[in-house]
Amino acid sequence: MDRNSKKAWLYLLPSLLLLGAFLIYPLLDVLIYSVEECYNFASQTYEGLGLYNYAYVLHDPYFLQAVENTFVLVIITVPISTILALLISTALSSIRPLRQLYQTIYFLPYVTNTLAVGLVFMVLFQRTEYTDGLINLMLSWFGAGPIDFINGPHWAKMFVLCFYTIWVVLPFKILVLTSALASVNEEYYQAARVDGTSKTRIFFRITLPMISPMIVYLVITGFIGAFKAYSDAVALFGTDLNAAGMNTIVGYVYDMLYGDSGGYPSYASAAAILLFVIVLTITCINLLVTRKRPTD
Amino acid sequence: MNITLQNLTKRFPARGRKAQGETTAVKELSFEVPDGMLVGLLGPSGCGKSTTLNMICGLETPTEGKILFGEDDVTALPPELRGVGMVFQNYALYPHLTVLQNILFPLENLKGKDRPSRQEMRRRALETAQLVQIEELLDRKPKELSGGQQQRVAIARALVKMPRVLLLDEPLSNLDARLRLQTREEICKIQKKTGITTLFVTHDQEEAMSISDRIVVMRDGILMQQGRPQEVYDNPANLFVAKFLGTPPINVFEGQVQNGQLFLGDVNVLPTTGVQDGPVWVGIRPEGFLPEANGPLTCGLNRVEVLGRDTSIVCTHPACQTDTLRAVIRSDQEVDPDSETVRFSLRPEKVFLFDRSTEERLYGQGAGPARP
Repeated sequence: MDRNSKKAWLYLLPSLLLLGAFLIYPLLDVLIYSVEECYNFASQTYEGLGLYNYAYVLHDPYFLQAVENTFVLVIITVPISTILALLISTALSSIRPLRQLYQTIYFLPYVTNTLAVGLVFMVLFQRTEYTDGLINLMLSWFGAGPIDFINGPHWAKMFVLCFYTIWVVLPFKILVLTSALASVNEEYYQAARVDGTSKTRIFFRITLPMISPMIVYLVITGFIGAFKAYSDAVALFGTDLNAAGMNTIVGYVYDMLYGDSGGYPSYASAAAILLFVIVLTITCINLLVTRKRPTD
Repeated sequence: MNITLQNLTKRFPARGRKAQGETTAVKELSFEVPDGMLVGLLGPSGCGKSTTLNMICGLETPTEGKILFGEDDVTALPPELRGVGMVFQNYALYPHLTVLQNILFPLENLKGKDRPSRQEMRRRALETAQLVQIEELLDRKPKELSGGQQQRVAIARALVKMPRVLLLDEPLSNLDARLRLQTREEICKIQKKTGITTLFVTHDQEEAMSISDRIVVMRDGILMQQGRPQEVYDNPANLFVAKFLGTPPINVFEGQVQNGQLFLGDVNVLPTTGVQDGPVWVGIRPEGFLPEANGPLTCGLNRVEVLGRDTSIVCTHPACQTDTLRAVIRSDQEVDPDSETVRFSLRPEKVFLFDRSTEERLYGQGAGPARP
């Protein structure tokens, strides 16, 4: 080891220690919990090692519901929010007057509290004895019937959750993409104009490849973020997500630990490990798909 | 295809809250780029030369005036309908495309009956690549190329659609000194081979002088002078052009014309007739000094720099506008380096007189060539 890399390790040591104590150790601990059968929290005892916890979790209809909800959420919100953000940021970069005003407006949801936003969404979508809510009022103009988005059919609740998630994640993506677009050298566009390149061709052949690293970054973090969704569902449907049929994997883990039916750290750990494996797999696939081909 | 600019003016509106009034980048500019010639548009930074180039290629719309390609008025045409090829200062090669894809890009933009077949596109791209000698680099990405190679790819991309005129914006500014010499010859060679009317922008007078058939000198958006490089050098129209062209630069003195005689300080250095009595600026090219034992102009000698081919003498004179002045003499003319002073006589065709306030050239007999 040469002197330079020794020095580098020395500088990295504090963060490595912290990472070890607060990330690696808990991760291993969760892994151990997840294979200890009939673990008793109070007496700190267990009766054997095995994969029973995983089998239980995988057969738990609540967990399967949570997995389904999470996947639907991921598959719908990540592409839609990324494409929407791309469209909006492209539009933002092509206007001059009022651009900063619009940028600020689009960024506002990012600095707003999740639960507050959830509350507003509930008011918009919920039906009560006194009112059908603003959205149902708008739907009635088109002759569509009142739908109970908060306590009604599963697809309606899923729609609200996706809508809400997209709305919450959009500002950050717009912010990232607007700055990515701004960093593309103006000369490329001038060269394209002199050569008579059409607007669509400029977008797909020049703009998109130039900002593709940022899009990859947004898709990967978007996937991870959506898989870890929990507070959004709570904000809309309250804490008893299993009853509402709107639980997510993280929500299931929480319920297993602290919920009314909770107190099962082993099951929670097994579910957490399963989530970890899912996210890891998806991220690896993402990286493999988007990795630059060797000829590049 | 000659390019004609007629009274071209570009004004930019004021920007920001406090800015008032407009900026005039180019003011009533008229000149002609003759068919098949390589013309250098020369001027210091911010003189409006790039704006002029952008107006010719169609990226900027002129506020007033006309641009003609041959007989066609292209002033209102968008860039793609003008038939221009443009090489940008930073080349603007698309980094994610290979060299071949970059060269094909303009052809792939063509639509309808103008669009050649795939094979035809490839053939033309290869032909252009051969012209600029990059045929071994076609599969590389721009970042794997040297600056000079990138430059040639950019030229190939501009030429592949067979434009009527070729425009180059500061083509050599991103290259190191050695490559610059090589590339400027390369550009000259490609231009001669294709015979395409070419206009290039530069702030480097040496670059412009060395390869251009004609040069156009601009300052603050106004045309200063145009002509063959040697003509402009030998016969500058004003003090700015005289100072801008030539390395080492011209030496400027405060002078006085009295009774047909030119005085530097109290010394009568040259007879000159036809110029009104009064104070003038005197510009003397470095090669205008002849060392002579009893010459009229006495300068304090700082040092003698022997370069082999010629000798450079750095000296001082109270009337000189700069701290030191530089004379370049033939190496067989000897100057004693240990002496305190050196005496010169002047070659009248290398001495120019300029008006003190307008800085315009004063033509007379005796100093400088006659009015062209």
